[in-house]
Amino acid sequence: MMRPASLSSPSNLAAALILVLLALLPLFAELLASPFLVTLFTRMLIYAIAATSLNLILGYGGMVSFGHAMYIGIGGYVVGIMASHGVHAGWLQWPLAIAISALFALVIGALCLRTRGVYFIMITLAFAQMVYFMGVGLEEYGGDDGLTIYNRSSFGSLLNLSDKRVFYYVCLALLVGALYLVHRLVQSRFGMVLRGSKSNDRRMQAIGFPTYRYRLTGFVIAGMICGLSGALMANHNEFVSPAMMHWVQSGDLIVMVVLGGMGTAAGPLFGALAFLLVEYLLSRITEYWQIIFGPLLILVVLFARGGIGSLFDMLEGRRRG
Amino acid sequence: MTILILEQSLNGLQLGLLLFLLAAGLTLVFGIMDLVNLAHGSMYMIGAFLAATFAGWTDSFILGALLALPATLLVGIVTEMICLRTLYPRDHLDQVLATFGLILFFNEAVRLIWGPAGMSLPLPQFLSTSVEILPDVRYPTYRLSIIGVGLAVAVFLYVLVQRTRLGMLIRAGASNREMIGALGIDIKLLYTLVFGLGAALAALAGLMAAPILTAQIGMGENILILSFVVIVIGGIGSIRGAFVAALIVGMIDTVGRAFLPELLRLFLDRAAAATAAPAISSMLIYMLMAAILVLRPQGLFPAPGK
Amino acid sequence: MNKTTLLCFTAALALMAGPALGQVKVKIGFVNTFSGPNATIGNDMRDAFELALDHLGRKMGGVDVEAIYEDDQQKPDVGKQKTEKLIQSDKVNFLTGYIWSNVLLASVKSAIDSQTFLISGNAGPSQLAGELCNPYFFSASWQNDQTPMAMGEALNQRGIKKIFIMAPNYAAGKDMAAGVKSTFKGEVVGEEYTKWPDQLDFSAELSKVRAARPDALFVFYPGAAGVQILNQYIQAGLKAQVPFYSAYTIDAITLPLQKDNALGALGTQSWVNDLQNDANKKFVADFRKKYNRMPSFYAAQQYDAVMLIDSAVRSVKGALGDKDGIRAALRKADFKSVRGEFKFNQNHFPIQNFYLQETVREASGELNLKTIATVFKDHKDLHQPKCQMKW
Repeated sequence: MMRPASLSSPSNLAAALILVLLALLPLFAELLASPFLVTLFTRMLIYAIAATSLNLILGYGGMVSFGHAMYIGIGGYVVGIMASHGVHAGWLQWPLAIAISALFALVIGALCLRTRGVYFIMITLAFAQMVYFMGVGLEEYGGDDGLTIYNRSSFGSLLNLSDKRVFYYVCLALLVGALYLVHRLVQSRFGMVLRGSKSNDRRMQAIGFPTYRYRLTGFVIAGMICGLSGALMANHNEFVSPAMMHWVQSGDLIVMVVLGGMGTAAGPLFGALAFLLVEYLLSRITEYWQIIFGPLLILVVLFARGGIGSLFDMLEGRRRG
Repeated sequence: MTILILEQSLNGLQLGLLLFLLAAGLTLVFGIMDLVNLAHGSMYMIGAFLAATFAGWTDSFILGALLALPATLLVGIVTEMICLRTLYPRDHLDQVLATFGLILFFNEAVRLIWGPAGMSLPLPQFLSTSVEILPDVRYPTYRLSIIGVGLAVAVFLYVLVQRTRLGMLIRAGASNREMIGALGIDIKLLYTLVFGLGAALAALAGLMAAPILTAQIGMGENILILSFVVIVIGGIGSIRGAFVAALIVGMIDTVGRAFLPELLRLFLDRAAAATAAPAISSMLIYMLMAAILVLRPQGLFPAPGK
Repeated sequence: MNKTTLLCFTAALALMAGPALGQVKVKIGFVNTFSGPNATIGNDMRDAFELALDHLGRKMGGVDVEAIYEDDQQKPDVGKQKTEKLIQSDKVNFLTGYIWSNVLLASVKSAIDSQTFLISGNAGPSQLAGELCNPYFFSASWQNDQTPMAMGEALNQRGIKKIFIMAPNYAAGKDMAAGVKSTFKGEVVGEEYTKWPDQLDFSAELSKVRAARPDALFVFYPGAAGVQILNQYIQAGLKAQVPFYSAYTIDAITLPLQKDNALGALGTQSWVNDLQNDANKKFVADFRKKYNRMPSFYAAQQYDAVMLIDSAVRSVKGALGDKDGIRAALRKADFKSVRGEFKFNQNHFPIQNFYLQETVREASGELNLKTIATVFKDHKDLHQPKCQMKW
């Protein structure tokens, strides 16, 4: 089923190397006496999971969703609202976060997928704005101000998520899981239809595939994975607010996917790490970091279409050639 | 009550016309060059800041406004020639990303030049009062003049698009891009002109909003999203659609804010109604847009030939 | 994995981890808004913070002070992240700053969990004065309700029977409305809560004010929004019909932008620049000399916050690990406040006076805020009874 060729490409080897380094990160943080590194990278891992989910529909399915951060908010609010009612069991919180994200994705996707192109971008944005304002209107859960979570999700004696390193490894494991799941999906018959409908939807329909159903399934799976990342984000921040699903956040997710390389297995990992690292480092250098970041983004779009993943492959190609 | 309804309708009309100025430029650029330009809101912001600066230098609101228009037009043209021109053949995703980068750049550039505090644009005495529009009904003079200018621009655009050679090319471009090339027109020049016009209209909206809202960094982003809603509802490329949709959106936003709390009070207690109403009225616009896209995926007035 | 990669990786991480541990210092993390329209408030508080350190010779109890500034972008989630960074990466001993109630509410848990003292320079949400009061949290400002409670009382004294309330729809806005309603004896004929901080056009709401015909309009719009609400109120021609009363809406930061529109408008505040005490005279004079402008009440509170921290560090003679000693000293509040006498209530919020202030034109032609009456003496907030903390 899997194609070994694609797994041993330079970009995937780079991804494997990065994952190994990420696994060692808590040790480095210990050596450098800087526990904050773990916090910083936990956030990157969670965004990488969200970007991985967006990559499934944007990179492989050609569906430019400008409202994907909505699921981060939905997943986060499920955890936050349950916690505020004293339900801390992760076994309940996380599956429910995924299920409710799936429900939203199913309804919204069913309507949005009737449109195409730029109208699809706009209608996904519209729904994300509606959900955003729903969050603002949740008066009993803090409204605009958001909701502080006083206890992280509890998994009994199995996992103590309040331990920052345990939580880091949980996020890392889920990221690897999400990357692998998306990889398998894309290589399957389902993924073939999804990719096929990106390049030519009419032809896929003509062959006899009900592409609408396939695309909707992809949309819902992406929403579920992203909802899980929202549950993680709520635990990481110990706080949820409508700001998690502001449209700029959705824009950031798209940037991550494109930056890493759309429709490549490891792209979202590269993209999320690069985006958040550049943001963090530039903002340490200058208060006016966006004046560098903005043009950088334009240059990537204009000249590095394939993203970081293709850069690795190009370097390899040059060395061989 | 009738007085309040009249006053709120004027408020809605004023917001709608401001949105129309932005949406007109956006829909032209979108319809003709097929460019999704998120940085359109930046022109709105730059127009406001330039007008405040020029008004400070010349000590006159009118002169400041008149100088800011060509200055922003110039900024628009330079942006088009340096950056956006290369984006026309790209797909929408690339355009969204690159112009998203432009927003970040312009916001920080404005912060570097003018500082983080923003600028106020004081109105001349004759505009900063209110007039009696009906016996015992007063309305701010300045908001009335925004309505006047907005309507005048709408008429101007109508004449420009329907009655001039440039307008003919614009109409042709909106429905069939290849055709203008076949007519032997310098497309590059036409594109630059249209983009400059859009930037100037955005600047006009920005400088008219500045005395009410003050010029602020990031002021373009919120109104940009609303403008996109307007052009999607109206149908991309259609000025008439933008006009109608802008008025609808302006009315819904204002009427929602004005009367929803009273309506909700029928079901909720006063405090809950007062806090839930702003959120629900903000959602109304997006519900409308989603409904229209589901029922009429091309908007209310799709440009012919698309 | 080859050696170079590993080396690069470690170097990169070291770069991100920040400075290594050096000699002992009093580290103070300052979280505030340095970008966006309300950066002016953040800068004003930073200036006061720096002035206070200058006055202390940049030492507390003989130990050097290091200040680390972080921008919260006026967003709760960002403020929370920056607070965590200050605690975990910079290992600060104290946190201060915090303009916004919602940012503070999101951030305070990290401070409490890590047993880091947080001294708010401005925000004072009701929860932290009541059920969420905590041994590691102190306010150098006020509880949100207090200033509008003073305004409600001032409205009673002026014989006003019907008011209309406008405030932003966030933690502090709701506290402000609750505060004025708790003391105002007349009728509230209308309340409007607007989206914060995005909504800046108040046309629909001001039309409703006009239609409701109240005796007075009470608003709370801090920072940049205060300029817009006042401009639009004047443009709507409401000045002749409905007088303008406010809390935290007209101050030394907004006045240069509000100009003559603010003339004659009344507000309440726990600090005004003309308060007659030595600490305040020195603070105002030196602030004007160093920065060439009037300090705002935000600046005054932040100055007090630094002096409060200094009093605690001096009391434990620089033994920063002695948390109980520091807390006991903070509770004593043994320092010269620019507000005159300063003492803490059981919930770590100050007991203080509230004044009625008016915008006037000085003989020199510049606009300034002047005290015209004392509304409350030694006022305590309403939420203290809900606080379980005893000392």
